[in-house]
Amino acid sequence: MPLDSHIPSGPMAMKWSKHKQDSKLINPKNKRKFTILVVGSGLAGSSAAATLSELGYKVKCFCFQDSPRRAHSIAAQGGINAAKNYQNDGDSVHRLFYDTVKGGDFRAREANVHRLAEVSVNIIDQCVAQGVPFAREYGGMLANRSFGGAQVSRTFYARGQTGQQLLLGAYSALNKEIAAGGVQMYPRTEMLDVVTVDGHAKGIITRNLVTGKIEAHAGDAVLLCTGGYGNVFYLSTNAMGCNVTATWRAHKKGAFFANPCYTQIHPTCIPVSGDYQSKLTLMSESLRNDGRVWVPKKKEDIGKPPGQIPEADRDYILERKYPSFGNLAPRDISSRAAKEACDDGRGVGPGGRGVYLDFAEAIQQFGAKTIAERYGNLFDMYERITGESAYKQPMRIYPAVHYTMGGLWVDYNLMSNLPGLHVLGEANFSDHGANRLGASALMQGLADGYFVIPTTIANYLVHQKPGSVTAEHPEFKKALEVCTAQTKGFLACKGKRSVDSFHRELGLLVWDKCGMARDRAGLTEALKRIPELREEFKTNVIVPGSGDACNPELEKAGRVADFMEFAELLCLDALNREESCGGHFRTEHQYPDGEAKRDDENFCYAAAWEYTGDLGKPTLNKEPLSFEEVHLAVRSYK
Amino acid sequence: MSAVFDSFSRFYASSIGKKILVALTGLILIGFVFGHLVGNLLIFAGQDAINEYGHLLQTALHGSGVWIARVGLLLAVLVHIVATVSLTKQNNAARPDKYGQHKAQVSSKSSHTMIWSGLTILAFIIYHLLHYTVRIGNDFDKDAYKIDLHGEKVHNVYKMVVDGFSWAPASIFYLIAMALLCSHLSHGFSSLFQTLGISTDKSEPLFKKAGYAFAGLIFVGNAAIVLSIWLLGYGR
Amino acid sequence: MSQLNLHLKVWRQNAGQPGHFQDIEAPDIPDHASFLEMMDIVNERLIAKGQDPVAFDHDCREGICGMCSMQINGVPHGPEKATTTCQLHMRKFRTGDTIWIEPFRAKAFPVIKDLVVDRSAFDRIQRAGGFITVRTGSPQDANALPIGKEVADAAMDAAACIGCGACVAACKNASAMLFVSAKAGQLNTLPQGKPEKDRRTLGMVRQMDKEGFGNCTNQYECEAACPKEISVRWITKLNRDYAVAIVKEALGNSPKVAGGGD
Repeated sequence: MPLDSHIPSGPMAMKWSKHKQDSKLINPKNKRKFTILVVGSGLAGSSAAATLSELGYKVKCFCFQDSPRRAHSIAAQGGINAAKNYQNDGDSVHRLFYDTVKGGDFRAREANVHRLAEVSVNIIDQCVAQGVPFAREYGGMLANRSFGGAQVSRTFYARGQTGQQLLLGAYSALNKEIAAGGVQMYPRTEMLDVVTVDGHAKGIITRNLVTGKIEAHAGDAVLLCTGGYGNVFYLSTNAMGCNVTATWRAHKKGAFFANPCYTQIHPTCIPVSGDYQSKLTLMSESLRNDGRVWVPKKKEDIGKPPGQIPEADRDYILERKYPSFGNLAPRDISSRAAKEACDDGRGVGPGGRGVYLDFAEAIQQFGAKTIAERYGNLFDMYERITGESAYKQPMRIYPAVHYTMGGLWVDYNLMSNLPGLHVLGEANFSDHGANRLGASALMQGLADGYFVIPTTIANYLVHQKPGSVTAEHPEFKKALEVCTAQTKGFLACKGKRSVDSFHRELGLLVWDKCGMARDRAGLTEALKRIPELREEFKTNVIVPGSGDACNPELEKAGRVADFMEFAELLCLDALNREESCGGHFRTEHQYPDGEAKRDDENFCYAAAWEYTGDLGKPTLNKEPLSFEEVHLAVRSYK
Repeated sequence: MSAVFDSFSRFYASSIGKKILVALTGLILIGFVFGHLVGNLLIFAGQDAINEYGHLLQTALHGSGVWIARVGLLLAVLVHIVATVSLTKQNNAARPDKYGQHKAQVSSKSSHTMIWSGLTILAFIIYHLLHYTVRIGNDFDKDAYKIDLHGEKVHNVYKMVVDGFSWAPASIFYLIAMALLCSHLSHGFSSLFQTLGISTDKSEPLFKKAGYAFAGLIFVGNAAIVLSIWLLGYGR
Repeated sequence: MSQLNLHLKVWRQNAGQPGHFQDIEAPDIPDHASFLEMMDIVNERLIAKGQDPVAFDHDCREGICGMCSMQINGVPHGPEKATTTCQLHMRKFRTGDTIWIEPFRAKAFPVIKDLVVDRSAFDRIQRAGGFITVRTGSPQDANALPIGKEVADAAMDAAACIGCGACVAACKNASAMLFVSAKAGQLNTLPQGKPEKDRRTLGMVRQMDKEGFGNCTNQYECEAACPKEISVRWITKLNRDYAVAIVKEALGNSPKVAGGGD
């Protein structure tokens, strides 16, 4: 099937303006007749629901948490990028665009990225007006910090809780619209399936997580704002509830899943301490502004207290390998450098999977008070988890799965190949290519929700008769039956193994074979093992309790069942992409110095996978990527 | 007028509104308690001093002063009690299922017993009024308790107090009541600044200390009168 | 790393039915595990024995989403200061300890199951005024309105609230004043929030009262239990803002009365 990304014609810098000009308008009276279903209430979901309601659309918004304010966007620490150039350090829309395309290792769609850079400035204005308490200078102007992958200071932040503050801002906008009656909110409600009618997404099936009731909701368009799939690895920095169900079910209804192998490994997480561990905690990347990453030069030093290792015996790996970016090298590069050092037997801490992040020099230079002001809450968090003080000894960090760049394929209007199904934020694939730069996820979620979808959705709706499909349609009945049967199936299985034990095994397998570094042999092995595990899950899982009440085990079972299927596509995509780029590193494809080796000749495309009914044999559709503005080059941060 | 009344009823119906009334009436009662103590301490300045003071209160504004004060104080007490009882009922209703374990980390015992110290003080006030103001169950209205002061026949407050506290049960009840008042004030004094929106991080510790000092002063001052009469035989 | 043997007293309840404490033995708990990981281990064992696992709310497990709750040994989020349950680690307990685990209890937080409670009252309070009415795309440049660092920092102090409900759980009156005051206070402090200040204050306080929370008696247990150390000075400010707003409403010219939310 040919993929039309509907990129507007004209020069790059004019595309979005032109597209806004050309986009359809719906008159205010008619907007009220359209119902839009928004699944997810993170940055993308809340901002989209609020803005669409402001415009006059009727919105229903769903989230599995007990309140829309708890979506996992809330955990983003570091900041949000915007090309404001308040620092007068040479930033511009074009530079942010350039950095993002390059940071994505030339696997993002240029037009989308340019639009993202353009609207980034509006996001900051919007958030400030909502009362988001960004950090300020004494004169009352907004403060900025620098972040990985950029040589300008363009990141806006609210202490170490930027995601929280932006989400609370979007949540407040959502509340305003709920109070005004434009949005109906469904908390503790999980989406189980997308309903398509004549090939268009016209509704969803949900389960009320309190009463267990499975219900159908019809609408004129569906927006999936359901985040990434990082929890396929079991251990990740994602919240426990993050899942792939919404996007995976949409995929099984026909939506293409693009580039699932692009997973981001965040370099600065707290290392794993034992097999009971349920999640990994990220320490904001902003720490790398002042922290220096090192490991002992000599293997015999790894057991020594770090303070006893003299300067000359320390290997500052990032500064040595990437002198111009140093400790601020992009995430994928920093992560791999840490892995290499540990593979080399120079890792520190339990299990040898860790590197030091040292603040001694910064504390000496700026004083402990300044450092506490900058990172106090992060240092506290570290101490709570490890029992160690980062003021006195270096932190130990190790990479962990953090973000997923892949997601449902969308065109320039953020609509998937399934008409009516729009995908926003981390759930789509479009803006970050093979690697996302720090402080860009918040930017994308809000750009999609506040500024892109409110314009582009009309291009679909204008061709639709509002309310033409209701939940009485036979397709809804069919979908309801399928979902009810699946729920009953889990409860009836009565096997021997808990849902978590399967999830843990799947996660370990995927991390091992399809994590920071991948190769053909490992992926082939994983592809053999995943279907076996899935089969065992079907026959040997135990889900206690009943389906018509609050039952967390049942919720997990549905999510893990989807991860089991999704994992196979993830590995297939990784196997197909015979190159290394961004977060996808195939050990077969590297330069002699260990740098990722892209293959622009054969793989300069977005891989959009189509479900065929056979999980092991999806069809590959390719969207070729062309680079008009930023010329394909080896991504170098040396 | 009715718009203002509506606003007032909404104000009273709200949690913060009631609390502000409790704080304001508490402030009035604190002032009263202090004035009352200063007056009472005149007993140590001799018979004439306190009798003169008593007479002054009785005759201020041609005798209406004492009634204005009485009505005002009664109103303050009434509002203070009705509002706190209502708040306490709401508070109990706000947690129908109690905890198996519930640890207080920072709050004082006094703060947890405000309603009980308050209601005991109410019982005491009623007794106190019957004792000295209405003068029931004693001979304080008889001529034996009148005295000549600068040619006028006035109440011999001095003798009333001395005789009153010579009876052990009354003294003991007074002491208990003063201890509870002390406890009540130790939380109530600084608390009212918080409710009225005045406390700051810097002033709060001062209000706290001032509250303890004030509560202590009220207790020590009043107890000194009772103890010196009852145990040391002052004035007898 | 050492192992702990613990005795748990866990509250079990189905919505609308009376609950009870269940004694659960929890041997061999690694002391590096978090409290919720301990609960995971306990649940795995219950499932293996064919019993119903304990339902509890949790999500981010890094102390920011505010989903986890639990009254642990009589204190919301357990004994550590400035810590959510998910950040509490078992090294803070000793082998042989008895641990009481209960839901946050308040009439306004009805139990859904076991330790899971319904905190949607907080959302309704927010809807009654916890926002600045600004349309997407309409604002001026972000730097057009200078806001002093001190003001921005103060607003951030209040904005750090994660809406977990520990303040309600800790208060002997189940009062929500710390939550409401932090939410209203953040916006009432900022110049952007000034135009709607009175309306917001009245609306949120009235909705809070409607939800059946208790009243503040200035004991500051909320502040002591707050995982984000929100100061009770925000309550002082809310009291003040409320008094001003009510006087303006009573005596001013404004014809409109701020109502509660839905």
